[in-house]
Amino acid sequence: MSKILISIFLMALVTYLPRVLPMVLFNKKIESKRFQAFLHYVPFAVLASMTIPDIFYSTSMLISGIIGSAVAIFLAYKEKGLVIVASGAIIAVYITELILH
Amino acid sequence: MTYKDGFIKGLPICLGYLPVAFTFGFMAVTGGLPAWISILISMSNVTSSGQFAGTTLILANASYVEITITTLIINLRYMLMSLALSQKTSSSSSLINKLIYSFVITDETFAIASMEKEPITSAYMYGLITLPYIGWAAGTILGAFSTGIMPDSLKGAMGIALFAMFISLFIPPAKHSHNVAIVVALSIFITCILKYIPALSFISAGFRIIIATLISAGFGALFLPEEESDNV
Repeated sequence: MSKILISIFLMALVTYLPRVLPMVLFNKKIESKRFQAFLHYVPFAVLASMTIPDIFYSTSMLISGIIGSAVAIFLAYKEKGLVIVASGAIIAVYITELILH
Repeated sequence: MTYKDGFIKGLPICLGYLPVAFTFGFMAVTGGLPAWISILISMSNVTSSGQFAGTTLILANASYVEITITTLIINLRYMLMSLALSQKTSSSSSLINKLIYSFVITDETFAIASMEKEPITSAYMYGLITLPYIGWAAGTILGAFSTGIMPDSLKGAMGIALFAMFISLFIPPAKHSHNVAIVVALSIFITCILKYIPALSFISAGFRIIIATLISAGFGALFLPEEESDNV
C-alpha cells in the first residue's frame, strides 16, 4: 500500500509542477513583441492539436465521431456557443449510434 | 472577472468530466485498487490522460521511475498552457493564489481561461475550477462504487463532449482572423503527420501537442504579426 501512496504522490508532483512553475516564474509581462505574438497563438494551436484528429475517435464508432465532429464544427462556425455546440455533437452521435446499432 | 463569472463557465466542464471520471473510477477499482485510492488519485492529480496512464502503471506494478517519467511526459504540455495563462493573469494575483489555482489548470479550464478577453483575476480562476474539481471527484466516486459500466450508447455519445467544447472555442476566432486560421490549420496538419506517419508514431500524444504548438505558434510569431482583429 505504501508503494501505491508514494506512486500517487510522485504522479501528483509531476502533474502539479508543469502547471505551477511557468505561472509563478513568468510573473512579469514579457516585453518581446515576438514572444507576445507566440503566446497569443498558443491557445489556438494547443486546442486545435488536442481536438483534431482525436475527436474522430472519441465515440464508440468512427462514423459517429465524424458526424458528431461535423455537427460541432458547423454549429461552432455559426457561433452558437459552447453549450449548444457540445449538446449538438452529443445528440448527433447518440442518434447515429442508435440507428447503426 | 468575478468568482461568479468563472463559476458559471465551469459548469459545462464539470458535466463533461463526469463520464470521464466515472470511467476512471470504474477502471481503477476493477483493476484492483480500493475505491478511496482511486478518489485520492483524482483529487490529487486532476488530469485525465496522466492519471489514467499512471494508474495503469501502478496496477502493472511498475517502478517509481517509470510511473514518474511517463506521467511527467504526458503532463509537460501544461507548461505551455501555464506560460500562456501567466501573461493573462492580472498582476494583482498574489503568489499564494497562483500556487493554489494552478493545481487545477487542465486542458479544459485552460481552454476557457485562455479565451477570456479581460485580464484574469484570482477570483475568476477560483470560480472556474470549483465545479470541474467537484465533477472530477464526484464522477470518480460514482465510478468507483458503481457495479456496472455505463451503457455504451451513453458513454459513446458523451465522449465527444469535451472535444466539441474545444471546437466551439477555436473555430469562431479562426473564422474572424486569417492568422489564427493559418495557425490552427498548421497545428492540425502537424498533429496528423505525427500521428499517422508510422516512423513518427513513437512520439506520444502529449509531445504531439507540444511539437505542433511550438511549430505553429512559432510560425505565427515569426510570419503573422498580430492584426487588430486578432486581439480577441
